[in-house]
Amino acid sequence: MALTKTQFGYRRHPDQDRAGADIAEHAVVVVGAGPIGLSLAIDLAQRGQSVVLLDDADRIGEGSRAICFSKRSLEFWDRLGIGQRMVDKGVVWSVGKIFHGESQLYQFNLLPEEGHKRPAFINLQQFYAEAYLVDRVEELPAIDLRWRNKVTGLEPRNDGVVLTIQTPDSAYRLAAQYVVACDGARSSLRQMVGAEFAGQVFEDQFLIADVKMTAAFPTERWFWFDPPFHAGRSALLHKQPDDIWRIDLQLNRFSDPAVEKLPENVRPRIARMLGHDKFEFEWISLYKFQCRRMGKFIHGRVIFAGDAAHQVSPFGARGANSGLEDAENLAWKLDRVLRGTSPEPLLDSYHIERSAAADENIRESTRSTDFMAPNSHQEARLRKAVLSLAKETEFGKRMVNGGRLSTPSIYETPLSTADGDSWDGGPRPGASMPDAPVAGQGGEPIYLTDAFIAAGTGFTLLEFSNGAAAERPDGLGTIRIGGQGGLSDAAGLAARRYDAEPGTAYLLRPDGYVAARFRHPTRAALDAALARAAGHI
Amino acid sequence: MALSTRSNFAKPDDAFRAIVEAHHGLNDEQSADLDAALVLILANHIGDLDVLKEAIALAAQRMLSASQQQQQQQQ
Repeated sequence: MALTKTQFGYRRHPDQDRAGADIAEHAVVVVGAGPIGLSLAIDLAQRGQSVVLLDDADRIGEGSRAICFSKRSLEFWDRLGIGQRMVDKGVVWSVGKIFHGESQLYQFNLLPEEGHKRPAFINLQQFYAEAYLVDRVEELPAIDLRWRNKVTGLEPRNDGVVLTIQTPDSAYRLAAQYVVACDGARSSLRQMVGAEFAGQVFEDQFLIADVKMTAAFPTERWFWFDPPFHAGRSALLHKQPDDIWRIDLQLNRFSDPAVEKLPENVRPRIARMLGHDKFEFEWISLYKFQCRRMGKFIHGRVIFAGDAAHQVSPFGARGANSGLEDAENLAWKLDRVLRGTSPEPLLDSYHIERSAAADENIRESTRSTDFMAPNSHQEARLRKAVLSLAKETEFGKRMVNGGRLSTPSIYETPLSTADGDSWDGGPRPGASMPDAPVAGQGGEPIYLTDAFIAAGTGFTLLEFSNGAAAERPDGLGTIRIGGQGGLSDAAGLAARRYDAEPGTAYLLRPDGYVAARFRHPTRAALDAALARAAGHI
Repeated sequence: MALSTRSNFAKPDDAFRAIVEAHHGLNDEQSADLDAALVLILANHIGDLDVLKEAIALAAQRMLSASQQQQQQQQ
């Protein structure tokens, strides 16, 4: 922690000196400087927007909290210029093992193939991720980050929102065309717009302990059903940087949180698990699973993202990662609407795409939760049968649910152009772009995700060369594979992962999702797909 | 061996949940009745006595190991 800045000062802003009706007007105000708000602000700023970012605290939150950041999140952070720093500090992993009692049931590899710039996951304490994001924010003059600025009032207008903000000095007001609420699961902006946050709270309690110790366990995710050290319940062990280990223990439904949280009660449990007590506590927290979402992510000119909009149980790394997917989904759309290059209804696709993703995440994490803590005698009996069959059968192993880990959703969206050609693989419209290793003109090895960043922040055409380049609309970025001046795909992995033949072209959205694909694109087809993806149809 | 124990569902969780949810709201005896009917329906669908016998043997191993454990505990 020593080298990481986590405490920040309040500074009075000239906006606070404006009196009466003469209030400052801003294009975008983002509320909440957590990983989602910070990432969104950076993405918007890199697209040329000025962003006011408000946070009610003056420091980065304590405790590791979110620790698993997905490949997709790292690819997003690469576009924000901080992916490498996260990976350098993080613990890279892709293998998980599931145990039942004393014995290993099976192991899985989340990224079994080579040729991807980023690993399946890194583990990194949330405070590091936030600190690195704040460092990046400080490099971008277009972001005005105001600590100890707490939103206490919200007045909707037809063309914007007026916020009342409390500071250590006094309250002030400012107007914004759009407000994005990234203020977490207990979002106060959600209450201010009067929105419901409906869903399910699970009865079972879980204990998180981050302990510091040196240990030779491999950097894998280990999950136990009914381990010898914690009979009848489940447990999880995961490595973080700085010799910190995340331990999750399922408790019984009726445990008293205040008692369970006491270090003298946590210590013997963990000592039983590790077989020794040479560890120190970094952080202890107790929680119940909650799966909830807002009915609508957009309320007039207030847009909700991350935990403010949806909350899932943590087994599966779907919290922070899905919030980051919200941010990358929203940033380019909001930028285009503010510039007037897309009509306002483009934002509706944010709700359509990300609320469906939230439903998927809630469904998956509810299933994992139910598997870990069966709700009825019969459900427990079925689980017992699956765990028992998993020892000897492949189908049993595949039915054991120790947390299905987050993968990007495939969007069913009005922005996609349906396939007209025949495909035998590759990402379909609405899916995120797979990575692949390629080589630049000088033979230097790069990845497709690097080429995507180099192609600019707008829509990009990924084309597999076939003679002359297709005639294309203006302003479209290009990634050309093969041919004169193109990237070389010597191993053929790019072609394989995109089911590409000479002439194949993918139209990629600014967030790296496929909008359309063609065996041989025509100018008219590209124009139509681009118009659709930009919300003009 | 004629019995397939490979994972045949594209999404095994969907199948597991469907079975769990079929029991929703049933008491223990009703659940057992449902399972009995389900077993007969699926056995008929398979329509192969050798496969059925292998499946019964695989399932029954659990009863065997459970009763062995009980014996060990009693000793």
